[in-house]
Amino acid sequence: MNYFLLAGIAIVVIGFALRLNPLLVVTGAAIATGLIAGKGLVEIVSLFGKAFNDNRIIAIVWVVLPVVGLLERYGLQQRAAAVIRSIKAATVGRLLIVYLAFRQITASLGLISIAGHPQTVRPLVAPMALAAAEKQHGALDAATEEKVKSWSAATDNVGVFFGEDIFIAIGSIVLIQQTLATYGYNLAPLELAVWSIPTAILAFLIHSTRLLLLDRTLSKRGKRVS
Amino acid sequence: MITIQWAHSFAGLMFAAFSLFSALDRSNRKRWGNAGFWGLMAVSLLAGGLLGDFGNGLLVLGLVALGGFGLVGRSAPPTTDEAERSGWSDRLGNRLFLPALIIPATALVGTLVYNYTPLGQLGLIEAKRETYIFLCLGALLALLVLFAWLRPPAAAPLQEGRRLIDAIGWAAVLPQMLAALGVVFAAAGVGTVIGGLAGAVIPEGSIFVTVLVFGIGMALFTMIMGNAFAAFPVMAAAIGVPLLIHTYHGNPAVIGAIGMLAGYCGTLLTPMAANFNLVPAALLELRDQNGVIKAQVGTAIPLLACNLLLMYFLAFR
Repeated sequence: MNYFLLAGIAIVVIGFALRLNPLLVVTGAAIATGLIAGKGLVEIVSLFGKAFNDNRIIAIVWVVLPVVGLLERYGLQQRAAAVIRSIKAATVGRLLIVYLAFRQITASLGLISIAGHPQTVRPLVAPMALAAAEKQHGALDAATEEKVKSWSAATDNVGVFFGEDIFIAIGSIVLIQQTLATYGYNLAPLELAVWSIPTAILAFLIHSTRLLLLDRTLSKRGKRVS
Repeated sequence: MITIQWAHSFAGLMFAAFSLFSALDRSNRKRWGNAGFWGLMAVSLLAGGLLGDFGNGLLVLGLVALGGFGLVGRSAPPTTDEAERSGWSDRLGNRLFLPALIIPATALVGTLVYNYTPLGQLGLIEAKRETYIFLCLGALLALLVLFAWLRPPAAAPLQEGRRLIDAIGWAAVLPQMLAALGVVFAAAGVGTVIGGLAGAVIPEGSIFVTVLVFGIGMALFTMIMGNAFAAFPVMAAAIGVPLLIHTYHGNPAVIGAIGMLAGYCGTLLTPMAANFNLVPAALLELRDQNGVIKAQVGTAIPLLACNLLLMYFLAFR
């Protein structure tokens, strides 16, 4: 076993920890790992280029940016905030719990790309959460604003991760099925999908509880200030 | 047939326009860096299939050089200010949400109609790629509606889009870079080494400890690779199949499904999962690039513990 192959992982961990530019870190790690495995430079660059090209589908979601930017030009974020200010019962926690449920349910139906960080979090969810936080807390300092935005993005991730595996035609279910099939265990996608349900429910409960606790700290801190 | 290349080309044309507008933007000190970076993205999306593997590799090195050495920067394309935006928001009211909902609605309705009506059997769209096609279609439709309704300057969508993509900067290509790194790791045999190490720490005869090592190993290996998909085949080969399923007769469906979800807990914890953790930090203009991960720690760790217990109690009844 060639443990020097783990040098690439060490480069990534140290590079990220030192906050070096991730593009340089990743490229360095790829070249080092390839060289240690005895590959030539041309072969490594080709392997890297092919994999980059095979994953171009990741770049497609950016096509929403012109629409999002144009809507921002006409005040979409301000509008989203105004709506939340007009709802008396709105809090960051409650708002994000509703979004979490929406994201888990739609993802479990296979509708992954209908929402996401560029599509919904930046134009709608984050401004709404910020407006709700202002109602609870009063004017937001930079750290609190940062926190509310981070929680908006985090809620999107939790929702989609722990909803999508309930859908039978998702990549991860196919991967599990294919992997186990090579060892002679032929499972139907549905058999795998049902075992994702307990975790989905627990993810909802844990994250919702944390969101309600976030509400409490936001309103407590708000009272102390005012 | 409408293939995924149509969507790639659509995105590629957009990046080509970003590149052109960047080159013309005299107010941006780094305009040539931005123009080169988005130009290479456009070439990749439009013609990546024609460049060959080595050509694509050189293209990636070009992106790395421009993005890695600070030649790409934020820009300030013409847009409205805070007061104008509040004015528009008051004037237009909640109708402003309608165009925003066109993209998700088109993707949602399109996907459902395509999959659950005979339309899907016509084979008009490449299989399993319909949501991406409808996403692009939704974006076009939303732009048409906005032009008909508000009559923005002709270049406004591309300039506003450039404002956002420049705020994201090099982070926009990081997810693809990390996916490529995963492929290099796999080709070099990193997975086998990790699997061997994980297998070596397990004491014989303890189902519970084996479940712990499998689940925590999935999470840790996912953190390293940024992707549970890369971790699963390795951990399944090293521990899941030979020990949990063969030796201890665990239920393969439970071990497979919950093992993958244990990996997802790792995804919440790692900057390597750039498109979930770092890209939103850039997109939301956070100062701490790990802010999203910090908000996720408190969910990921208890949920990982739950997954370990679920696997132990459900797979070995």
